[in-house]
Amino acid sequence: MLPPLQSETLIERTLREEWGRILSALTKSLGDLQLAEDCLQDAITRAVEVWPEKGLPDAPAAWLISTARRRAIDRFRRDARWAARVPELSYLADLEAQAEGPDPEAIPDKRLEMIFTCCHPALEQKTQVALTLRTLGGLTTEDIATAFLDKPQTMAQRLTRAKRKIAAAGIPYEIPDRDKLPERLTTVLAVIYLIFNAGYSTPSPLAGEAIRLGRIMHQLMPDQAEVAGLLALMLLHDARRLARSGPAGEFIPLDSQNRNRWDRAKITEGDALLQATLPRGQVGPYQLQAAISALHAKSPSWDATDWPQIAALYGLLYQMQPSVVVRVNQAMAVSYAQSVAAGLAMLDGLSDDPQLASYQPYHAARADLCTRASDLPAARTSYRTAIRLTTEDSNRRFLEEKLKNIS
Amino acid sequence: MQYMCLIYSAEGSGPQPGTDEFGPFMKAYGDYTAQMRESGALVHADALQPVATATTVTVRNGQTITTDGPFAETKEQLGGYYLLECENLDDAIAKAARIPTATYGRIEIRPIIVWDD
Repeated sequence: MLPPLQSETLIERTLREEWGRILSALTKSLGDLQLAEDCLQDAITRAVEVWPEKGLPDAPAAWLISTARRRAIDRFRRDARWAARVPELSYLADLEAQAEGPDPEAIPDKRLEMIFTCCHPALEQKTQVALTLRTLGGLTTEDIATAFLDKPQTMAQRLTRAKRKIAAAGIPYEIPDRDKLPERLTTVLAVIYLIFNAGYSTPSPLAGEAIRLGRIMHQLMPDQAEVAGLLALMLLHDARRLARSGPAGEFIPLDSQNRNRWDRAKITEGDALLQATLPRGQVGPYQLQAAISALHAKSPSWDATDWPQIAALYGLLYQMQPSVVVRVNQAMAVSYAQSVAAGLAMLDGLSDDPQLASYQPYHAARADLCTRASDLPAARTSYRTAIRLTTEDSNRRFLEEKLKNIS
Repeated sequence: MQYMCLIYSAEGSGPQPGTDEFGPFMKAYGDYTAQMRESGALVHADALQPVATATTVTVRNGQTITTDGPFAETKEQLGGYYLLECENLDDAIAKAARIPTATYGRIEIRPIIVWDD
């Protein structure tokens, strides 16, 4: 028997890692997400009582799933609401009979079906994110509420409503047909990237959770190039996490980051994914962004950065996603690859865009380019606008410092 | 599962009687209904008379009040419905998307409650 503390940590880790796989498998066999979650909770409560006494079972996932199934059978028997489910009941009882000492490998992996259910377009985007974190990541309602600055009760209601809609509206637990797959996969990837970005600027478990979901997706759909692209992108971004802020939490931009603080293992992994994926030729936005990130990550210094290639990649990205966000980044790359004037000309080309007035990175970029073009009055105006639009303290202090240096 | 597909559009939008587009539009409805019937999905379908024929009834304090016009004074009004048997929401979405009005109006999909006896 393990000492209590160690066993608790071990139990917690096991539960956390197995949650998504077990919940997905249970949901598929019970046909009801809420019921599956309730039964899994019961099984976990039981595990927390029994495991520290008897030690971790050989196959914890299988133990949990058969305990949860037994709970489901009990509920079916007791509850008149489930009376109509007699066929399921006998099916479950059959499963249970042969489930003595089950093989953990025999649990079918239904996580892919589950992630498509959680990210179904009939659900609101915030709900898609929350539900994915709850069902695939096993995050608690409180954790999710904290990450989204919501009250736990509000988040709990959102999740309950979503589970009810899935059941009542008949949102299927399945991988969409081939003709719908690309569109639906785009939603799933967007949700994972949203989770990553929500956790990127603040210390939270979300960035790590998004990477974990990305790994699951890549493992389950190894042939989808954009899935690999997104995972590579998140790894390459996350590799710079430690170098992005100083001891007092101040923001450190890419050009002055200590590259020794970059996580080489993540860079190597992200780059390898990309090298294996790009030659397949189904290039999409995530792969392009990952390729840009990889060029930065592999460059020994800011000055040695391959700006012409980065500018070209942003050009391709702009063809796929003609947005202000991409154009501003492209203009910055062009200012290094060609000239500051060429970069400024690109920013000028955006001036009719109505989003521009409130888009902080545009004004920060213009301020930087005007400084480099020695047009200090224009630079000061842009810095002031950018500072006014900045919501994050560390970023604002960074821009104020820049403004002070040219005043 | 049965799904009610409620067809909403602004009156006067879409192909109007007497125009060249109206004939093909009505034929598309006829074809769609026939396809749904042949595939076994069609439970029931009807088109409604225009909103001008609508009367709204309320009973308050035992008194029946009738008002001329629809319940909600919105631009887009219920014009008809299909009650379809579908496998799941994805199937219902695919079927609703083929209702001719979907290209200029909106189709609201609502599953039918099955009451336990």
